[in-house]
Amino acid sequence: MRKFKWSNLYLILTFIVLYLPIGYLILYSFSEGERMTNYRGFTWRHYQELFADPRMIQIVLDTLIVALLSALIATIIGTLGALAINNTTRPSMRNTILSLNNILMVSPDVIIGASFLIFFTALRLPLGFTSVLLSHIAFSIPIVVLMVLPKLRELSGSLIDAARDIGASNVQVLKDVIIPFITPGIFAGFFMAMTYSLDDFAVTFFVTGNGFETLSVEIYARARQGISLEINALSGIMFLFALVLVVGYYFVQQGQSARKTKKRGVTR
Amino acid sequence: MTFNSVWYALLITAATLLVSYPAAYFLHYTKHKQLWLLLIIMPTWINLLLKAYAFIGILGKHGALNNLLGAMGMAPHQFLFTDAAFILVAAYIEIPFMILPIFNAIEELNEGLVNASKDLGASGWQTFTKVVFPLSLSGVKSGVQAVFIPSLSLFMLTRLIGGNRVITLGTAIEEHFLTTMNWGMGSTIGVVLIVAMVIIMLLTSERQHRKGRVIHRA
Repeated sequence: MRKFKWSNLYLILTFIVLYLPIGYLILYSFSEGERMTNYRGFTWRHYQELFADPRMIQIVLDTLIVALLSALIATIIGTLGALAINNTTRPSMRNTILSLNNILMVSPDVIIGASFLIFFTALRLPLGFTSVLLSHIAFSIPIVVLMVLPKLRELSGSLIDAARDIGASNVQVLKDVIIPFITPGIFAGFFMAMTYSLDDFAVTFFVTGNGFETLSVEIYARARQGISLEINALSGIMFLFALVLVVGYYFVQQGQSARKTKKRGVTR
Repeated sequence: MTFNSVWYALLITAATLLVSYPAAYFLHYTKHKQLWLLLIIMPTWINLLLKAYAFIGILGKHGALNNLLGAMGMAPHQFLFTDAAFILVAAYIEIPFMILPIFNAIEELNEGLVNASKDLGASGWQTFTKVVFPLSLSGVKSGVQAVFIPSLSLFMLTRLIGGNRVITLGTAIEEHFLTTMNWGMGSTIGVVLIVAMVIIMLLTSERQHRKGRVIHRA
């Protein structure tokens, strides 16, 4: 019993450490001062300043648009890719594609960013919204593939055979059997792609050019100049947003695991 | 610089592993696992830059840590812009990425093996070193993979927290590409980084093959 208590203490300590900096940021977003030291009285002032800053709102909107668009396009491409990988019959081919996919997953942001910078410059593509969007799509595709593939593996071949037997066309099989079955994986992939895009700094930093900025780049620029509590207010809002996203993701996952346990119950 | 960078990445990985393994292990034995796990994942959804920014406030000259030390009667220290600060913040950011794979590996572990080992008279420590830890090694390896490679290339942290004193491969690449415009040199360092990545992947992937074989046999 005693050992159990110690382990809980350790966990709680870990959680405190994990959340301390975030709590600290949000706490000071309500502080009356101008710096992140000596908390002084409650105020909404920094939030008001934030909402009155048209440049900041533009940046937030741009970031969201890039995240949503890139996640959407990456989800479509990634799902199709996962379908294609699932259809490859030769194991060596499949393994090669999967390893290439994994290499993209683990390669450092700096490398991806630098490669895209070279690539876009070679194509003479102007840096800005398009280049950021394209690179975000590119680094989100592998994660979508990884989220969708396991679901496709779970799909038993007999279901598809059954659909074919009762006369479904290829399109119908895809639309009425495969897609509904892998929907949780697609959603998980979409959420992950969106997080990646919202969270990305390094790749964006390389390909963003002068005119276009996302939140991460803006925060970096401001943090280098020193402390401004407007960033704290912004982080408060982003924390809330992340909370909403996490809860959404959690429910998608819960739905998935609930279905899994149900299935397991049936086979037993 | 390459050596330095690898050394720092090693330190960061070791620090992260030291904190994460017990956390993942204890997490396995808690009730409401999913909720706890969600709480671990949650900080990773907060923008990296914001977390680094928070540490500027905490470690700064008049920051929370120095205030705390002051309250205990100690003189203020320079925490920000030191190597230790860089390692601390980098480890903080990477912890969830280390906990998750280890936790998954421990989850997959067959509880019967642990019981069998206890039945055969192994002490708690023996069970841990001979059964649990070797079987969760695959998780540790993917955790190391997930932490070590990014640690080689974290360039914003070296700027914001390390105060340009720490130069990692990532910092060097960023500098050559965006400041000095020496793309050739930047790409060369990039190749070094890729080679390091491949080495790490080779070192950490051996276990997964074996696992795959076991699954095939079953």
